[in-house]
Amino acid sequence: MTNAWLRRLGPMVLGGALVAAASASAGAEELRIGFIAAITGPFAAVGKDMVDGFQLYLDQHGNKLGGADVKLIVEDDQAKPDVGVTKARKLVLQDHVHMFIGGILAPTGYALAPVSTAEKTVYISSIPAADDLTQRQIDKYPYFIRTGWSSSQPSHPFGQWACEQGYKKIAVIAADYAFGYEVVGGFQKSFEDCGGKIIQKIWPPLGSKDFGPYIPAIKPDADAIFSLMVGPMVPQFPKQLAAAGNTKPVIGGGTSYDEFVLPAMGDEAIGGVSPLQYSAALETPKNEAFVKAYRAKYNKVPSYFSESNYTTAQLIDETIKQTGGKFPGPEEFVKVMAGLKIDAVRGPVSFDDMRNPIQNIYIRKVEKKKMFGYDKAELWNTVIKTYPSVSQFWKYDKAAFLKQPVYSRDWPPCGNCE
Amino acid sequence: MTSRRKVWAVIAAVAALAIVVPFTSSFVILLATRALAFSILVMSLDILLGFTGLASLGQAAYFGVGAYMTAILAAKYQIGLGFDFWLVVVGGLLIGAALAAVFGLLAIRASGVYFLMITLALGQCVWGLAYRWNSLTNGDNGINIQVRPRFGIDLANEVTFFYVVLGLFAVSLFAMYVLVRSPFGRSLAGIRERELRMKILGYNTWLHKYVAFIISGAFGGLSGVLWAHTAGIVSPVNVELTTSVDALLMAVLGGAGTLVGGAIGAFIVIALREYLSTVVPWWQYVLGGVYVLTILYLPSGLMGIPARIRQRRGALGKREGDKTLATAPS
Amino acid sequence: MNLHFWLIQAFNGISYGALLFLVGSGLSLIFGVMRIVNLSHGSYFLLGGYVALTVIWTTGSWVLAIPVAGLAIGGIGLLMERIFLRPLGFDPLRQVLLTVGFAFLFQQAALDIWTGNNFDIEPPALLTKSIQVGGLFLPLYRIFMIASAAVIGIVLWLAMEKTRIGATVRATVDDAEMARGIGIDTSRISMFIFALGALLAAVGGVIGGAFLGIYPGLDFEILPLAFAVVIIGGMGSLGGAAIGALLVGLADNFGKALFPEVSYFTLYAPMALILAIKPTGLFGRE
Repeated sequence: MTNAWLRRLGPMVLGGALVAAASASAGAEELRIGFIAAITGPFAAVGKDMVDGFQLYLDQHGNKLGGADVKLIVEDDQAKPDVGVTKARKLVLQDHVHMFIGGILAPTGYALAPVSTAEKTVYISSIPAADDLTQRQIDKYPYFIRTGWSSSQPSHPFGQWACEQGYKKIAVIAADYAFGYEVVGGFQKSFEDCGGKIIQKIWPPLGSKDFGPYIPAIKPDADAIFSLMVGPMVPQFPKQLAAAGNTKPVIGGGTSYDEFVLPAMGDEAIGGVSPLQYSAALETPKNEAFVKAYRAKYNKVPSYFSESNYTTAQLIDETIKQTGGKFPGPEEFVKVMAGLKIDAVRGPVSFDDMRNPIQNIYIRKVEKKKMFGYDKAELWNTVIKTYPSVSQFWKYDKAAFLKQPVYSRDWPPCGNCE
Repeated sequence: MTSRRKVWAVIAAVAALAIVVPFTSSFVILLATRALAFSILVMSLDILLGFTGLASLGQAAYFGVGAYMTAILAAKYQIGLGFDFWLVVVGGLLIGAALAAVFGLLAIRASGVYFLMITLALGQCVWGLAYRWNSLTNGDNGINIQVRPRFGIDLANEVTFFYVVLGLFAVSLFAMYVLVRSPFGRSLAGIRERELRMKILGYNTWLHKYVAFIISGAFGGLSGVLWAHTAGIVSPVNVELTTSVDALLMAVLGGAGTLVGGAIGAFIVIALREYLSTVVPWWQYVLGGVYVLTILYLPSGLMGIPARIRQRRGALGKREGDKTLATAPS
Repeated sequence: MNLHFWLIQAFNGISYGALLFLVGSGLSLIFGVMRIVNLSHGSYFLLGGYVALTVIWTTGSWVLAIPVAGLAIGGIGLLMERIFLRPLGFDPLRQVLLTVGFAFLFQQAALDIWTGNNFDIEPPALLTKSIQVGGLFLPLYRIFMIASAAVIGIVLWLAMEKTRIGATVRATVDDAEMARGIGIDTSRISMFIFALGALLAAVGGVIGGAFLGIYPGLDFEILPLAFAVVIIGGMGSLGGAAIGALLVGLADNFGKALFPEVSYFTLYAPMALILAIKPTGLFGRE
């Protein structure tokens, strides 16, 4: 009889005791930060870059941010939203973190933001770029601030750039989920506003590795192909596209050529153009120092995932400095951070009134060359054009922009699709 | 332990849970609520596995259908967030039963490993739809349920919600207990042991199995409804093969054929997964190891330990409570 | 949708089917001989890819990676069968559950040994090119996949049909008790077949690794597909596995190209229907 009892009660009692002990020892000038990233699963490489980027800043600053000692607690969400929600709750309820950072995919962002509201804890999204979190839904999330980007933010200037290249018709192939829709939507809007036409949209499921069914369907009369690939899809698509005999220029979303996997790609990636708020090949002293330090410690070139979290640490540092080395409570924290203007590795960063960054957007092209004194020629995202101070609304009137629906699979509608 | 004492032990354990858990941390309450919700699914599987002798790798289908129904109604149509929460609960039972009724027509003809395969295939069908039918299920993004129902009491309060789930768990457990002790339940056990003999005796074994399948699906749907509100988000992950496998392993770990064993298995695995994973990085080895060892050395699961100890001590040898997992060869 | 489209899609479907044959044939044989549903089969596929990566990193030879990975994983399969599955005797459910427990263990071990990064297997440069046949670009690697599956399939078939060992395996598949009755050592056959199944899956992993990548989670992604092959083709039938693989590869490919909304449904629904009508699969023997 006792066995059944013990098995039920045991974990409960043990849990209760552990928690009581833990909360007794909390307190003092300590900043408890929860970090949610994929440590296992198909996005584990991304998660590692995220944690490494954040950790590098901590290492360079004696594990203090704004003068307070940092306790960083990393939890694995396997890039699954419901696991992320459980871990976030655990971080808040059990570890009493002051804030939690992270998540990778847009669905995780949409899932974690309500947790921050419910638990009145700061949530900093360094990666999930889901547009609406800082647009139509911002009022639901008073403790939320984004330090990365919004999905369509780089796409808007990119559409204009595409017009300037003389492209008239573009075929799109993008991962079938919220992030894909928003990146493509932003591009479609600005590209069609300056006279271009999107003639096709193909949506392979997130995580597809075999593009056999999709590549042959790409319309032959397209001037260029716009691809948006994420995670395990990124290395496979250019390979298969090249093997299918493609000669059209390939442009794409920033994650299609991001440094998290670029070094593992082959020559088929050369020439790919994409927009993003960061490139590891950015030729500024600050970036060069960052790349060298990161590479020396982790033996790989930093990706935007690394930079975004490094800069997030920097932003937290500046915020806590301004509030006297102590955590000022969630509302004040978010307010102070949203008022910052800093010079980050990616360039100047400030925030708009919906708590999304205003920053440079770089148009980058994959080239094989030597950089920063490294002696091997490697693949780098050379910056070929910079659009400064780009907000999530680009040149559009904010009110008008917010009236239109969030970019989705069917919006903007594919009016020119053949 | 006689049946009477087992029953009292279970009642006492449930009461203990009700009393102790609210005084632990919010996180433990959250985990306990999740474990209770998932336990209903595992117990529904046990009806098939332990009592009818049918191992299914597709229970997640009913779980998923209940969860998605709840999420879609709540997020898109604002249904189920007030007193109509109880309607949704009944709806979960019905939709799980309906799906099982359809699937059962295809699956019940098979048995043993073939049943395993076909339930796997059916589960994958549901997964495929959840994953790709974007307009209905939001595909990979999943559906967020932003608020918990309020009807006089506010389920957003974790303790209140815990009691509601515990209550439904207790009701489900009771209902299933009554079922397996009933003449119908006993014929199921007979089918598990020796289907041929039951057929010869004139039982319509197909019908019995079919009904058991539907009932199991109904409880699976209910479990999904509760899970949707516990987690606040429903995504194709809830309908994956690994979820069905999880349920099966929990049922075996706890002890197939004991009903409560399913709940025990669920609690242990969830505790290990959520708790151990934050303490040590090699928790998955522990979990895998526990499974392997249980399967090798404890075929009756953890609930079978007392019986085994008694056996070792040379007591009355095999009793009626000592069930094994071996299904009749097909 | 012109002829070009149909031809290319058919070609893609066939090449995908070739990969699925490699992973599905082993599963089918294991089921046929031992009546075990091996849920760690996907793990063998993935581990094969990882071992190949290690071989390539240390020796630089992709060609060497294939047999080494195959034999290494075949060895693991052998040990697993001998040490863990054999003692369970004839209890299919427990054996199935045991394979799942191992799948979890393998997953964690792979993560610890090779980290969670997404890897890609680079085949020799020659195979990354394409040949042009009448306006169609046919990637050489896909042709290689089809060729290897065909060769392995033929070798297996010859072994099954023309050799003594093959005959004893077929006898065991058809009726294990009778086979034992005439003196066939079915437990040795089981061990051999399990190891062979693992080897085939591992080789599939090496070959597929250049096509799908190697990353955590691939094991449980490929598993339902392998089952689709076995179910449609019939459990225990090699020819059935070939046909099943072909059908699954084509259905998957065309399903995604023509009906992307319900692409997975178009794959698993026929599977369920076939099982409903013929529980042993299209060409299954019972």
